[in-house]
Amino acid sequence: MNLTLKIWRQAGPSVIGKMETYKVSDISPDMSFLEMMDVLNDQLIRDGKDPVAFDHDCREGICGMCSMYINGQAHGPNRGTTTCQLHMRSFKDGDTIYIEPWRAAAFPVIKDLSVDRSSFDRIIQAGGYVSVNTSGNTQDANAIPVPKENADKAFDAATCIGCGACVATCTNSSAMLFVSAKVSQLALLPQGDPERELRVLRMVEQMDKEGFGNCSNTGACEVECPKGISLENIARMNREYLRASVTSE
Amino acid sequence: MGATGLFLCLFLVGHLAGNLQLFIGGAEGQLQFNEYAKFMTTNPAVKILSYLTYFSILFHTVDGILLAVENRKARPVKYAYNKPSANSSWASRNMAVLGTLVLAFIVVHMSNFWAQMHWGEIPVQISGPDGTLDEPLKDLHTVVLGFFNPAENSLALAAALLYAFAMVAIAFHLWHGFQSAWQSLGVNHPRYTPLIKGAGKAFSVVIPALFAIIPLYLYFTQAA
Amino acid sequence: MATLNSRIPEGSLGEKWTNHKNSIRLVNPANKRNIDIIIVGTGLAGSSAAASFAEMGYNVKAFCFQDSPRRAHSIAAQGGINAAKNYQNDGDSTYRLFYDTIKGGDYRSREANVYRLAEVSANIIDQCVAQGVPFARDYGGLLDNRSFGGVLVSRTFYAKGQTGQQLLLGAYSALSRQISKGKVQMYNRHEMMDVVLVDGQCRGIIARNLVTGEIERHGAHAVVLASGGYGNVFYLSTNAMGSNGSAAWKAHRKGAYFANPCFTQIHPTCIPVSGDYQSKLTLMSESLRNDGRIWVPKKKEHVEAIRNGSMRPENLAEEDRDYYLERRYPSFGNLVPRDVASRAAKERCDEGFGVNKTGEAVFLDFSSAIMRYGKTEANVQGVKNPSEAQMQKMGEDVVRAKYGNLFEMYEKITDDNPYQTPMKIYPAVHYTMGGLWVDYNLMTNVPGLYATGESNFSDHGANRLGASALMQGLADGYFVIPYTVGEYLADDIRTGPINTNTPEFEVAEKEVKDRIKGFLNSNGKTPVDEFHRRLGRIMWDKCGMARNEQGLKSAISEIQALREEFYRDVKVPGRAEEFNPELEKAGRVADFMELGELMCRDALERNESCGGHFREEYQTEEGEALRDDENYAYVAAWEYTGMPAEAKLHKEELVFENVELKQRSYK
Repeated sequence: MNLTLKIWRQAGPSVIGKMETYKVSDISPDMSFLEMMDVLNDQLIRDGKDPVAFDHDCREGICGMCSMYINGQAHGPNRGTTTCQLHMRSFKDGDTIYIEPWRAAAFPVIKDLSVDRSSFDRIIQAGGYVSVNTSGNTQDANAIPVPKENADKAFDAATCIGCGACVATCTNSSAMLFVSAKVSQLALLPQGDPERELRVLRMVEQMDKEGFGNCSNTGACEVECPKGISLENIARMNREYLRASVTSE
Repeated sequence: MGATGLFLCLFLVGHLAGNLQLFIGGAEGQLQFNEYAKFMTTNPAVKILSYLTYFSILFHTVDGILLAVENRKARPVKYAYNKPSANSSWASRNMAVLGTLVLAFIVVHMSNFWAQMHWGEIPVQISGPDGTLDEPLKDLHTVVLGFFNPAENSLALAAALLYAFAMVAIAFHLWHGFQSAWQSLGVNHPRYTPLIKGAGKAFSVVIPALFAIIPLYLYFTQAA
Repeated sequence: MATLNSRIPEGSLGEKWTNHKNSIRLVNPANKRNIDIIIVGTGLAGSSAAASFAEMGYNVKAFCFQDSPRRAHSIAAQGGINAAKNYQNDGDSTYRLFYDTIKGGDYRSREANVYRLAEVSANIIDQCVAQGVPFARDYGGLLDNRSFGGVLVSRTFYAKGQTGQQLLLGAYSALSRQISKGKVQMYNRHEMMDVVLVDGQCRGIIARNLVTGEIERHGAHAVVLASGGYGNVFYLSTNAMGSNGSAAWKAHRKGAYFANPCFTQIHPTCIPVSGDYQSKLTLMSESLRNDGRIWVPKKKEHVEAIRNGSMRPENLAEEDRDYYLERRYPSFGNLVPRDVASRAAKERCDEGFGVNKTGEAVFLDFSSAIMRYGKTEANVQGVKNPSEAQMQKMGEDVVRAKYGNLFEMYEKITDDNPYQTPMKIYPAVHYTMGGLWVDYNLMTNVPGLYATGESNFSDHGANRLGASALMQGLADGYFVIPYTVGEYLADDIRTGPINTNTPEFEVAEKEVKDRIKGFLNSNGKTPVDEFHRRLGRIMWDKCGMARNEQGLKSAISEIQALREEFYRDVKVPGRAEEFNPELEKAGRVADFMELGELMCRDALERNESCGGHFREEYQTEEGEALRDDENYAYVAAWEYTGMPAEAKLHKEELVFENVELKQRSYK
């Protein structure tokens, strides 16, 4: 297939960027989207031009590194799919494809399509953990049974890959889905219970500090999340937050 | 936003119940409506409720504006190409715009009637269907009817249409707002959330529709 | 240079680790505050070590090249993590896990290390559960297990097909907690460019800030490499695009011995290559072999029909299918170890029975499992005499609950629905058992330089069993190195902060800068990836699933020629002082070109077949690996001399006191 690509080019964090147009040809429908980008970069390098910088690593949909806004949607048109798992068979010969970085004040552009998502790390650092030392002298793993339903829900929340598609797609650039996934996971497990109040208060405080927008429940994040993290988690976090705000001293 | 929003939904129900009395025709309707209007402006319990309502509107507005400003700041550079329709409803993304329209309507609406009732010079109803009243009543009924009567108000048609249009804005605002409020308050349950969503959609259609029918009804019945 | 002293403690196998811990030197808490440790890599081994050191009181600096520590490739591990918990009451024990691992590794690993690994395995599960890792549970709320290749018990803990992700996020959360306390300084998007030795001791690293391109000096009293394996030397592998061998290779060039580099694991169940543009291969978890049956057609005409699309594989009659693993290995069947399963697939494909266009694929078929589960489920639901369609539907639901995400992933990549038609799979490079040589304390022969997880060689011998990589990474990081590092650091309490304004750091920094300049100033025309692809082809063809003397010799000269061409003709765009992914790749590929040569050298040296190392000259009449315990029961530790092909071999003899060396049989 032959394609026209409109790609955001920005040389550095403090430089103004703009959309540039490129053509690629002989793209196989079995290629992944990033392999198509490889083809483009190969072409650019051979022509003596600057290749497009983009983040990617595992290319199997789990590391959360890839982050492209493709044709107006985070990770492209398919549901439950990261950019690296999007294949060119989802496009047609002759298509024009817009490719942009995640856009949010809390995700500043590093170069071209690469953004800085360390704000997510700082939110986790604010409380997204259980305070247990790694001594190995904890109680036996089976000492506290966890109802299967809760374990499964905690797992579902924990499958978040931290890619930031929720923020990218949210009309308000809100990080609620990401934060609530971690809050939920730990709130659903007995191990996370002792710190649940402090955790939610601190994580939300950090989230606000990072400059993410507010949740207006459009539900776009849930639709675009490559791991299908549910809005139920946001409700749970709201509950946790209310409860913590009321009961904390 | 959720709590005040839901309280304002309750207010809408109360308000609508009052308005529906405008369908009662004749002198009986006039008396009942004016008595109701007096009750609403003088009863201490209602007073408390109405202050709560003013507060809710104010809070809902101010908080809404603050949030909208923060949200704008959260994305300084917009997408060159964005396709939000793929993942969210139009109403959900335009709550601030819809809210602004609703607020503008509230201002207009209050200056039309509420301000008249409180401070305006409005006619007084002296006698009802069963003869002279013990105490004269402020005749809001006549004011309302006159407002939508082309014979008395040259802008009656525009007013009726404006009121109906405002109800469309409210409908869209509620379409998203009703179920969103529950989500914000932390209520999301696989069994009950579909019910809430269904109820929200019914609410957002039925209530504004009933509201909207009234000015149109008053206009067309009086114009005929 | 130091001689190889593996520092295995005295005592019986079961007492070694306990005795060692009891007698190991400690650093008192006040002194720990004056000691700095650098950790390179934040996968399971790195994150867990960083968190543990910080909890103990050391000052930690952790480095990762990704944008967040949570992205390390441990995250992609699917199937599970082994632990000798014996929750299933199927006769599991520390000894059995130890024995399975030694046997699975084809008797090329160190007994003491493997036993310690088995010993601490149970603690890992306790620790992870306490951290909030959501392992799969049964309806009673207790932990569930499944079975993996090469063993006869169910000891694998899992979280659907995302176990690595959950364990890494657990370790990442422990690390995050220490970052928030300021005990760990995290350097995201930083790549280690070299280690710095002062008076023979490792005293720091040179790192490049990948965003600004700045070259930085970082001093520390000890440096831990937890930088993963080097499977990407093959270009196509299940590793992440950024996974690289450079940290280990840099250490090797500075004197650390590289052990058993030729031991690479080819994983039997990956999605086959579909075209030249391919950038990586995707693994389908080994857990699928619990329920999937592997086959190819018995007759060539059916192979032809399937290849050209005139026949659907699901329509081929049962008697025309060759379930070759079940045929050759009746006792383990589809659950033979990875090396055995991979070679068997290659054997069938080499004979012309490969089922896709390239002739390099076999089927992994779930239809009988779906029917079997469907029947059980129908009984459970009280459906009498269920129809085929009903059973298919119910069975699909059961299979979806177990492997849903893997099936989805398969469908996304291939556009085939594996519930309806068998998956096509083929072996691909997955893991490298070889790595930096370390002693029992996980220290390399360079004092103060440690290696953990996949970057060392210690626990898996010539072949790793499924679900053991996660176990090793966390064991090393949580429970081994936090103790053993004290033995060395106890001498360092009076050293004070490491000064980086010394000639040693200066020289190292200059070398790094010169190398970068060299890449950028090369007036070539060819992008880095092309060289990488060509290197991968050489490695796969001649140092892959099967190797022979002639091939390896030619591989060495081909690699040397390619390397020469690389430095002459590579094109690296951009500048040094900016975010420049091509520049990063150039450095890594340059190192792979040396490492690949050493792998071939090692493979050539080892005149036997064992585990993942299959030399065609050394096989039994039935085509099984033929080990030579008399001459090759040693660890080959290579010392860098300037040319990988001329590296100097040091041997660490492997002593087996607790297991009897036998030919592995899974028949």
